[in-house]
Amino acid sequence: MSALAIDVHGLCKKFGRRQVVSGLDLQVPEGEICGFLGGNGSGKTTTIRMLCGLLKPDAGGGTCLGLDVITQSAEIRLQVGYMTQRFSFYGELTVEENLDFVARLYQLPNRTKVVADTMERMELANRADQFARDLSGGWKQRMALAACVMHRPKLLLLDEPTAGVDAKARREFWDLINDMAADGMTVLVSTHYMDEAERCKRVVYLSGGKLIVQGTAEDVVRDAKLIVFELTGDGIDKISKKLRGTPGVESATIFGQALRVVGLDRAALEGSIGAQGKQPGIVTEEVPARLDDVFIHFLHDRKVA
Amino acid sequence: MKGFSFRRFLAVLHKETLEMRRDKATIGLTVMLPLIQLFLFGYALNANPRHLPTGVLAAEESRYTRDLEAALNNTGYFDLRRFTSEQQADNALKRGEVLFVVNIPPGFTRDVDTGQHPSILMDADATDPTAIAQASAAVNALNGTAFQRDLPVALQNLAMSVPFQVMVHARYNPEAITALNVVPALIGVILSFSTVVITALSMTREREAGTMENLLSMPVRPLEVMMGKIMPYVGLGYVQVFLILAVAVAVFGVPVHGSIPLLLAVLGLFIACNLALGFTFSTIARTQMQAQQMAQFVLLPSMMLSGFIYPFAGMPLWARVIGEMLPLTHIIRICRGILLKGNGFADIAADVWPMAVFAAIATGVAVYSYRETLD
Repeated sequence: MSALAIDVHGLCKKFGRRQVVSGLDLQVPEGEICGFLGGNGSGKTTTIRMLCGLLKPDAGGGTCLGLDVITQSAEIRLQVGYMTQRFSFYGELTVEENLDFVARLYQLPNRTKVVADTMERMELANRADQFARDLSGGWKQRMALAACVMHRPKLLLLDEPTAGVDAKARREFWDLINDMAADGMTVLVSTHYMDEAERCKRVVYLSGGKLIVQGTAEDVVRDAKLIVFELTGDGIDKISKKLRGTPGVESATIFGQALRVVGLDRAALEGSIGAQGKQPGIVTEEVPARLDDVFIHFLHDRKVA
Repeated sequence: MKGFSFRRFLAVLHKETLEMRRDKATIGLTVMLPLIQLFLFGYALNANPRHLPTGVLAAEESRYTRDLEAALNNTGYFDLRRFTSEQQADNALKRGEVLFVVNIPPGFTRDVDTGQHPSILMDADATDPTAIAQASAAVNALNGTAFQRDLPVALQNLAMSVPFQVMVHARYNPEAITALNVVPALIGVILSFSTVVITALSMTREREAGTMENLLSMPVRPLEVMMGKIMPYVGLGYVQVFLILAVAVAVFGVPVHGSIPLLLAVLGLFIACNLALGFTFSTIARTQMQAQQMAQFVLLPSMMLSGFIYPFAGMPLWARVIGEMLPLTHIIRICRGILLKGNGFADIAADVWPMAVFAAIATGVAVYSYRETLD
């Protein structure tokens, strides 16, 4: 295994009485794209802010790019690109002016060229003179990404960079992230989209401020040991309703033409499906589990617990 | 959806009330502001100031000079102190240490005794005409009675005679034109309002727009942010200064007896005071609304306690102590001093250093309260 870009242990953060992050351990090897997953309020943003020194952890610590997250946050900032969840550039400045401002704060040499090259690479060049506030959601994200990679950070922290962005823009955005990772940049990206999670080499799943699972996508799916049946045919909507809450069935959800029934207990699961799903025209087939099945399973677990 | 629905109106009213109730800082200020202002201004302000600092320059000592001093004291309008030289008295008047100088001429005693009705010259600092109006009137009333006991018997019998006369010489603003008092002071007042409020909003705006988080994540230090944000407004402040000065001279006929470069330099310090203060509010306040209320919290007392509207000398000691801490108090004295009295640096130094101290402290607090994290 190569060196770790992020290596933190026991991170804790409280806001008032609310424990937002508790005892979080996180290891991300250099050069990997790591998907940071978890429901709303699971502590993703807080963790990212602690990693780049915007928040001081109440307890715990560790290193980011080999620098101490508590005492060397100023040095970390120089080598990290952080893209905030909310668009946080200056609406009254043009794209070029915003990028130029950022380049000056990082004191980049050959500033004009760096800004021009970045705009070229991100295909922002023909929007250089547009005011940032007038950009559409997708272009705003692209500009924000441009701003936080201009100084060639070793680690990129992206907080839900594609929230509210259309499918095409999302795909292009991910192509950019992949290119950068190929050049050796480590990326930690939080997201709610499963297709994005599946593009990550490694995923980390948070819930209630605790780390539930981390590893490669395949490992996570394999270790969960979920059994998934897919039912197709007419009347699956009615069957899904009946199946919910029956023994062994953790979730029964319709995706397009198919009903996915997920559980851990094979015998109970097969029994329940046999009782409800034996109808003419319904085809039942066991399929491999996917990442989203696993995460819904984790959410289910927490509810039961 | 037509017409006025009372229920919809109630819905909006209810929602607005909920929001207002949750904004604790605003509620606090809404209650505290009027209370503080009531007590502050109610007890501090006085349009008929007494105990004005007055210098006495006596060319001779006699029973008459003692009578005169006692009489002046008894009016309640004057707090007397002695000067030994004309130079000393003149400087004190220029620097605003005294508002009056009473000149008792040589031969005064002899002239009174021989019934020649000698004149006493009373120099008054008329840069603030309201401050000296009542006191000047009181001087003219004490004529007949002051020397009653000590006058030669022959003169005592002349019931209607006046043993001496007082000539009040209104200096710096002989015609007591109010504009000459108000306009130079307005330079400071206008600058305070524009600069404090604008900078108070500067950081809160970033916080509300969410750009603060981004700024914090980039390698920039508090002092760099502060200086960078403040400097443009220094420029803006000077534009206002030039505008006000031009109008003051061209339209209101304010004289320029002192050095304009000196005035500009000192105004720079004053602008720095206000910007540092505004920036401090900006770092403490969570919203633009709060920042604006904090600005108000300082601006209103500044107007009232600086000697802009009511004479500074007329306030009780505690109010004057507060006034001395406000940069506006000092810049008003400096503006009046340089423009109307022709004061040089030596004359205004006593008002320059308090502003420098204020600027240093405000900058320190601003930098200290600037948070480099979101905690």
